[in-house]
Amino acid sequence: MPRTRNTPRNTSPHNTPSKKKVLKSKKTVKKSGSKASKQKLQGIIDYQTIVSVAGPLLIVEGVEGAKYEELVEIFLPTGEKRRGRVLEVNEDKALIQIFEGSSGIEIGRTRVRFLGKGITLGVSEDLLGRVFDGLGQPRDDSPPLIPEEFRDINGLPINPYARAYPNEFIQTGISCIDGLNTLVRGQKLPIFSGSGLPHNRMAAQIARQAKVLGAKGEFAVVFGAMGITFEEAQFFIDDFRRTGALERAVLFLNLADDPAIERIATPRVAFTAAEYLAFTKGYHVLVILTDLTNYCEALREISAARKEIPGRRGYPGYLYTDLAAIYERSGRIKGSDGSITLIPILTMPEDDKTHPIPDLTGYITEGQIILSRTLHHKSISPPVDVLPSLSRLKDKGIGAGKTREDHADLFNQLYAAYARGKEAAELAVILGEAALTDIDKKYMAFANEFERRYISQGEYEDRTISETLDLGWELLAMLPRAEMKRVRDANLERYYDKAAAKFAKEEESKV
Amino acid sequence: MKKAVDVGRIVKVSGPLVIAEGMGTSRMYDVVKVSENRLVGEIIELEGERASIQVYEDTSGVGPGEPVYPTHEPLSVELGPGLIEAIYDGIQRPLPDIAARTGAFIARGVEVPALPRDKKWKFVPTVKKGQQVVAGDIIGTVAETVIIEHRIMVPPGISGQVAEIHKGSFTVEDTVAVIKTTDGKKTNLTMMQRWSVRKPRPYARKRVPTEILSTGQRIIDTFFPQGKGGTACIPGPFGSGKTVIQHQLAKWADAEVVVYVGCGERGNEMTDVLIEFPELADPKSGEPLMKRTVLIANTSNMPVAAREASVYTGITIGEYFRDMGYSVALMADSTSRWAEAMREISGRLEEMPGEEGYPAYLSARIAEFYERAGLVECLGSDSRRGALSVVGAVSPPGGDLSDPVVQATLRVVKVFWALEANLAYARHFPAISWLRSYSLYANTIAESLRETLGSKYLADTREAMRILQEEADLAEIVRLIGIDALSPNERLIMEAARSIREDFLHQDAFHDIDTYASMDKQARMLSLVLRYYREARKALDAGAALDELVNLPVRETIARSRYITEKEREKITKTEEEIVTQIACLKKEVV
Repeated sequence: MPRTRNTPRNTSPHNTPSKKKVLKSKKTVKKSGSKASKQKLQGIIDYQTIVSVAGPLLIVEGVEGAKYEELVEIFLPTGEKRRGRVLEVNEDKALIQIFEGSSGIEIGRTRVRFLGKGITLGVSEDLLGRVFDGLGQPRDDSPPLIPEEFRDINGLPINPYARAYPNEFIQTGISCIDGLNTLVRGQKLPIFSGSGLPHNRMAAQIARQAKVLGAKGEFAVVFGAMGITFEEAQFFIDDFRRTGALERAVLFLNLADDPAIERIATPRVAFTAAEYLAFTKGYHVLVILTDLTNYCEALREISAARKEIPGRRGYPGYLYTDLAAIYERSGRIKGSDGSITLIPILTMPEDDKTHPIPDLTGYITEGQIILSRTLHHKSISPPVDVLPSLSRLKDKGIGAGKTREDHADLFNQLYAAYARGKEAAELAVILGEAALTDIDKKYMAFANEFERRYISQGEYEDRTISETLDLGWELLAMLPRAEMKRVRDANLERYYDKAAAKFAKEEESKV
Repeated sequence: MKKAVDVGRIVKVSGPLVIAEGMGTSRMYDVVKVSENRLVGEIIELEGERASIQVYEDTSGVGPGEPVYPTHEPLSVELGPGLIEAIYDGIQRPLPDIAARTGAFIARGVEVPALPRDKKWKFVPTVKKGQQVVAGDIIGTVAETVIIEHRIMVPPGISGQVAEIHKGSFTVEDTVAVIKTTDGKKTNLTMMQRWSVRKPRPYARKRVPTEILSTGQRIIDTFFPQGKGGTACIPGPFGSGKTVIQHQLAKWADAEVVVYVGCGERGNEMTDVLIEFPELADPKSGEPLMKRTVLIANTSNMPVAAREASVYTGITIGEYFRDMGYSVALMADSTSRWAEAMREISGRLEEMPGEEGYPAYLSARIAEFYERAGLVECLGSDSRRGALSVVGAVSPPGGDLSDPVVQATLRVVKVFWALEANLAYARHFPAISWLRSYSLYANTIAESLRETLGSKYLADTREAMRILQEEADLAEIVRLIGIDALSPNERLIMEAARSIREDFLHQDAFHDIDTYASMDKQARMLSLVLRYYREARKALDAGAALDELVNLPVRETIARSRYITEKEREKITKTEEEIVTQIACLKKEVV
């Protein structure tokens, strides 16, 4: 393809023509032959009028009819083809962002072709089981997909009126999620992690174990990797393969050594596939995106190259809008069987939750799961820092008929008790355990047991929701009944009293 | 559109900002239609024939050379019957109608009228032919919902004699009255008015809020009350419960009309409102809450410029109901997203930035917005009063209150509900800090509270606050040298403060009974909690043991008083007797 020449100016071999010359030759081209070639090639013209290249950006002059967000192809003299998109058009100048980077681009001899459409992804059910690059080109050895249709990767915003509220409980088999930060279908729940923490294992465990109790419907995983290493990507592929999930998965991989700017398209491509599978084909799609930090850095690179006024830490002021446009594509739609549940993973630079990336993410997503380095060092796995973690949609996904009627009271009480236990533990560090009141000592013991038995569980341990809830009562039984301020009487009688009696018996037998 | 001369031509497209030339006939803030897709845009800068236009829809695929059609009208909203129960996007397009046309996803260039054109409303005149009317006078009413009587008013700027008035069923475009002005001209009045969103609607005069806007939320009503016609802000980091509080206010605030603006926030939250509000009953009328609510939803993935417009759309609708003499409450969640939209547009205009890249006019815009709230005497000859209360959520990065949006907001609002992450982590909701929040209405509304709840209630609130303040000081000491360093009296204060926090301030928004507490129930609960403290203090002075006082069985009853229904709320006061009896028993044992 790259060799195809459709304008006469390209046939004349030249060394390094001056800008003016090119412009002139182009004009003549337009006057003499453009009409004909436009008709023949549906308006596709090649421009050789690049005037500047800076970082991942280039500016083309003398362009006619370029559109904002249009897809362009860039042909290097070596025959290599790259892709880009229009970031800004001003009169006859177009500012283009090149996905594969600008190295090797020669001002005089590189051709730019405007394709008259946005970036699209060909979709069909055959997506499942395939591996693509960050822009949606096959990365496995299989032949290209025969698409049912092409979809613009930017998608369209979901009408809030057409959304169905996410309220179907997903059992992940992980107690600290199911019991305390319940995930529901159509939710976006990120994992805030740090370098060296086992977020990938946790995401894989969720992908492996997630199920909706008593529900039908097919399950699919869309995995979007942005700038992660080969090893990390391979971990997911191997895990999916071992559990047979690979046939039900689509992978879009932009690895650390792939072009950084391509990452900007990756989550959008992944969501285009997910939207197709969920809302056209009725799959329940789990989208895992990792690592959003790399995505945001690519965005910052573009912003810096455009010399935009930076917001916090050099990230562009529109980072919130940009992230929202991605995250908000998940959800459920009225009248559609499928759903998109999103688990984005991001590593917080220096474990700092106030860094713009986790901060803005937290403002868009419906909660967050935060991993803690301290717990990780205590060999608590998964090392979920329960107190700042949150699932905003849990209240609608739990209770009688979904999980169990005692669920809400139980997690409120567990939270309050764990918070107080941690407070007591802090106090004990300063003043020594002897300075604590009896009740505070009980809370401290509770907090330790809670971490050891409730939060911590094996990577392959799949706890049912009732196991998780019963374990919660078992732990609360360590505390006196008067402390159960967040629990309704009926639930106290039904669950706490039983657990407390059992606990008392055990204590007695110990004595 | 009429004359081809008027049509401008696009020269530059940069995200939501489009620059067009040949726009000489247009004025600032005029609405234009961009490209053949007829995307809605607004002129925000004029330089000679060139206009900078912020486009309220996605501009992908738009390029130089495409036309720009002027409308010669500012961005306006349609005001009339049909507003209540509606759900609009940022520029007042009804989302259900968009969904009916383009499906679950919002396509571009959809033109739908804000008020239904085919629906007929039963108009009941309240003036007679020949009567003199001035702007703001009510000429008739429409029963819009069971709760809201829509009062049709003479639009601002018109006065004269009623030449014709019709009774019957009409659409919003039909003429219902004809006014003959003093110079003999006749003006046809319909049930619909148009009003530019950026221009505050006029009123006769403003008043200082003197009544509480009760919200059913104990910490707010008792300690940091909002006035009817007042302004409040809720800044806080994510996960601290801003949106839950906003939803709670929208549900339970003692307002006749609620306008809820979801500005750049989550789509699912708006869905939540849409599902819940038709089901929940208004505590006053017992009717579904939706029957008094207008929703504006411009979620974070919808175009950024429309987000900027959404708060103006919302407040103009709020002002319109205020003008009818209603008490209106507007919730804006979140004003930070509005400010960010301003910043994005400003950046694209290449304006010189102020703090954190926000435009230099940020604080002026914020102040102008909040100043549109207030208790007013409405236009019209019946000197009715209407109130528009505004509550804005602010989402500062990292929860940092030095953020320019927070600071600019705090300079204008009178009530500050500070959310604290630590409270949220301990699942103490609402996570409003009792030590850092304030309300400047506490004094102006005290008089009306004294009338309804008595002066004991006011004294109770002051005492409760004093105990909490003392607890904070004592907690410092405990942190340094341990609880043993405290005297029994001080430990009792700690206990009392804990009781205020856990038994009174903590309130579960998702519990069917606890979610709302009437002012009377609040007063009773506060009195109960303090009664325990006072009685225990007396007993302690008389020689009772602290541990026994702390472990009295009645304390569990106190903790559960929140779950007592409104109907049975007198039970709460009965518990006070229990305290006295139980403490008396203790004393006997001591003796």
